[in-house]
Amino acid sequence: MSFLTVTIAALFYAAAAIFLLGILYRIWRYATVPAPLKIATTPAPTTKFGVVLRLFREVAFFESLFKSNKLLWILAILFHYGLALVLFRHLRYFLEPVPTVVTLAQPFGKYAAFAMILGLLGLWARRFLIDRVRYITAPSDHLMLALLVLIGLSGAMTTFVTHTDIVALKAFIQGLYTFDLKPLPGDPLLVIHLILVAVLAIIFPYSKLLHGVGVFFSPTRNMVDNPREQRHVANWARKLEQQENS
Amino acid sequence: MAKTNFEVPEITGVTEVPKIQPDSMAHLETFRAKPDFMEALGFPGEMPENWKEKAIEAMGDLLKKYRSFQVFLDACVKCGACTDKCHYFLGTADPKNMPVARQDLLRKVYRRYFTLAGKFFPKLVGAIDLTEEVLHDWYNYYHQCSQCRRCSVFCPYGIDTAEISMAAREIMDRIGVGDKYCNEIIGKVFRIGNNLGLPEPALADTLEGLEEDVYDDTGVKVRYPLDEKGAEILLVTPSADFFAEPHVDGLMGYGKVFHEAGVSWTLSSYASEAANFGMFIGSYENMRRVSLRIRKAALDLGVKRIVFGECGHAWRVAYAFLNTLAGPFDFLDPNYPVPQHICEFTWNEIQKGTLKFDKSANDDMVVTFHDSCNVARATRMGDKPGGQFEIPRNVIKAVCNNYVDMPEGTIREATFCCGGGGGLLTDDLMELRVKGAKPRMDALKAATDEHGVTHMAAICAICKSQFTKVIPYYGFDMDQIVSVHQLVSNAIILTGQGENDEDEESAEDAA
Repeated sequence: MSFLTVTIAALFYAAAAIFLLGILYRIWRYATVPAPLKIATTPAPTTKFGVVLRLFREVAFFESLFKSNKLLWILAILFHYGLALVLFRHLRYFLEPVPTVVTLAQPFGKYAAFAMILGLLGLWARRFLIDRVRYITAPSDHLMLALLVLIGLSGAMTTFVTHTDIVALKAFIQGLYTFDLKPLPGDPLLVIHLILVAVLAIIFPYSKLLHGVGVFFSPTRNMVDNPREQRHVANWARKLEQQENS
Repeated sequence: MAKTNFEVPEITGVTEVPKIQPDSMAHLETFRAKPDFMEALGFPGEMPENWKEKAIEAMGDLLKKYRSFQVFLDACVKCGACTDKCHYFLGTADPKNMPVARQDLLRKVYRRYFTLAGKFFPKLVGAIDLTEEVLHDWYNYYHQCSQCRRCSVFCPYGIDTAEISMAAREIMDRIGVGDKYCNEIIGKVFRIGNNLGLPEPALADTLEGLEEDVYDDTGVKVRYPLDEKGAEILLVTPSADFFAEPHVDGLMGYGKVFHEAGVSWTLSSYASEAANFGMFIGSYENMRRVSLRIRKAALDLGVKRIVFGECGHAWRVAYAFLNTLAGPFDFLDPNYPVPQHICEFTWNEIQKGTLKFDKSANDDMVVTFHDSCNVARATRMGDKPGGQFEIPRNVIKAVCNNYVDMPEGTIREATFCCGGGGGLLTDDLMELRVKGAKPRMDALKAATDEHGVTHMAAICAICKSQFTKVIPYYGFDMDQIVSVHQLVSNAIILTGQGENDEDEESAEDAA
C-alpha cells in the first residue's frame, strides 16, 4: 500500500475520532451545565412543541438573522444551503448502493458548490468592507473562511476541471469502514481536498464552527416561556434552599 | 438645557449606523463601590493580591453554573449581525459598544484560559491574558450595557449580551471591583426595604398625602393602604412610584383601579420595592435575597395575590425569576398567575366592564408607547406570546382617543432601551445615558413629525426617570413622559365622583 494511502487513511481515522469525540464532549458539557433561570428571549413559545418549531425555524431558515440583516442572510443561506446540498451529494461516495434521492440530487449538488463558494466569498468580503465587521475579525476568522473556500474550490475542480477516478475513491472510502485499505487515487487536487476536510473536522469541535451545536443549547431560544406556571430550579440553586432549611 | 461636556447627538428621525470611532467612550468610568458596600453584599471590599487567579476562578465557576455563559462564549461566529443593534453603539460609535465586541472583552480571556486554541495559539484566535488594562475595559464597557437584550433578538444563536454583562459584573464583584450605584442600592434594600431608602413613616406619610390629593381631586375616598394584614392583594411597586414624577401619578392610578375593582390591597413597608438590582450585577444570591423579601411580606400580610406596579426589569425578575428564586407560591390563590402585572389586572377589569372612563380627559394628548426593553424581550403579559406588547396598548387605547405607534423596528421586540437601564441610571454616566437615548429620540421625533405625538407613555420606573432627565437634551419637554396608569387615572370615573359636586351645586341653588 502506498505511503499516501496509509497517511490519508490514518489522518481520516484521527480526524473522525477527534470530530466525534469532540462534539460528544461539547454536547455532554452543554447538556450538563444547568440553566438556572428562565431566560427565553420573548415573545417565546409557551409549549415544548412551540420551542421545537422555533429551533427548526432558526436552524432551517435562520429566522433571527433574517430579522437582522438581509444581505448577510442571503450570503449565509447561499453558503449553508450550498454546503448542505454538496454534502448530500457526497453520500454517493459513502453509501453502496447509492440511494435514488442522492442520485437525483447529483446535478443540483454539483452546482451547489458554486453557491457555497459564492456565499463564502461574500461573507469574506464583508470582513474587509464593513468597518464594524473588520473590527471584530480575528486572524482565525480569515483562516477558517480560507479553509472552507479552498475545500470548495479543490472539490469543485475535481468535478469540473480534472476528473478524479471516482470508482477508486469510492473503493478507498468503503475500505476505511472495514479497515481494509484500498489504494487512493494520487490526484493532487483530491489529496489536497481530503487533507483540508480532515483539518476542518479536527478544528470543528474546538472552534466557532461549533455554532451548529451551540444553537440547540441556547437558553434564549430553547426554553419554554412558562415561568409562572412551572417552577424551574437548578440543582445548585436548590442547594441554597436546602442549606437554609436544614 | 443642561450644560454638557460632551456633544449631544443630533436627531433626524432616522437612526443612521455610524462609522466606528474606537475608544470614543473609553474615558467613561462609573464610580466604584466603597468597601463597606461591597462587604454588605458578601463581596470582598478590596482587590486581593491574587485578583487575576480569583477572577479566572470566578469565570470557571460561572461556566459550570450558567449554560448561557458557556454556550454564548463558544457559539459566536463574529458574523456581525448584532453590530448595528445596540443603542449605545448607535449613539456613541464606540466599537466596544457593539454587542459582539462587548462580549469579546470577556471571550478573549475565556479563550486564553479555558480553550485549547487560546492556550496554544492565542494570537491566531484573538485570545489575551487578563491584565489591568483588560479589567479596566471590563469595568468601563460592562457598565455601558443596559442588559436590554436587543442584540439577542437579532443574533442567529440567541446570544444575549445581558448574560455576558451580568457574568462580567459578578466576576468583578468577586474580586472587589463593584460599581457604586447598583451595590449601594442593593444595600439600601436590605437595610431599609427599598432602593431609595424611604423608611416606613415616610411611606405612610406619602400615601396619606396621596389619599388627600385624590380626595381633593375627585371627592372620593380612595385608600392607599400600607401593611394591612388580610388584604387580598399585595402591590409591589418601584419606590420611585412614591414620589417621582410622573411615576407617582401612575401609583394614584393603580389605587383608583383597585378601588373601582372593589378589591382590598396593600403595600408593604418591608418589601416596598419592586426593583431587584441583584439582576443587574448578575448575582443569583443577592437577587434571591431581594426576592425573598416579597415572599416574606406576602406571608406576613396573609395576602392571596401579588401584583407588580409599572417597572421594566422588576417585571422581568417578577415574571421570569420570582417563582424560581422565592417560590413555590402555593399559599396564594391558584386562580391568578403569580405574580400579575398591574396592566394585566387593569386590562382584565376593563374587559369585565368594572371600570368606567371618560376618554376625553386625555384628549389634550396624542400618545405613543415606549416598550420597555425588559418587559418586551424577557417577559409576557396575559396568556399569549406578545401580550406584553398588546395589553399595555389595549389599556392606553381604552383610556385615550389619540394613540399612535412609533416606527416599526423601534417598538415591540425591536424596541430601543431608554438608555438608562441595567444599573446605569446614575449621573456619572450622563454622557452615556444621553447618547444611548438617541435611537429612541429619533423614533419619537419621527412620530412627532408624522403624527403630532405629544406624549410618550412608559411602564418602567427607570424609563420614566431616564426620559424625564434626558429628553430635554433633545429639545423635548420632560412633561411629555407619562405613566400608563397616569392616563388611566386621568380618565377613570370613580363611583360617586361628581355626586358631591352636584350636591354642592344643588345646595348652592337652594341657598
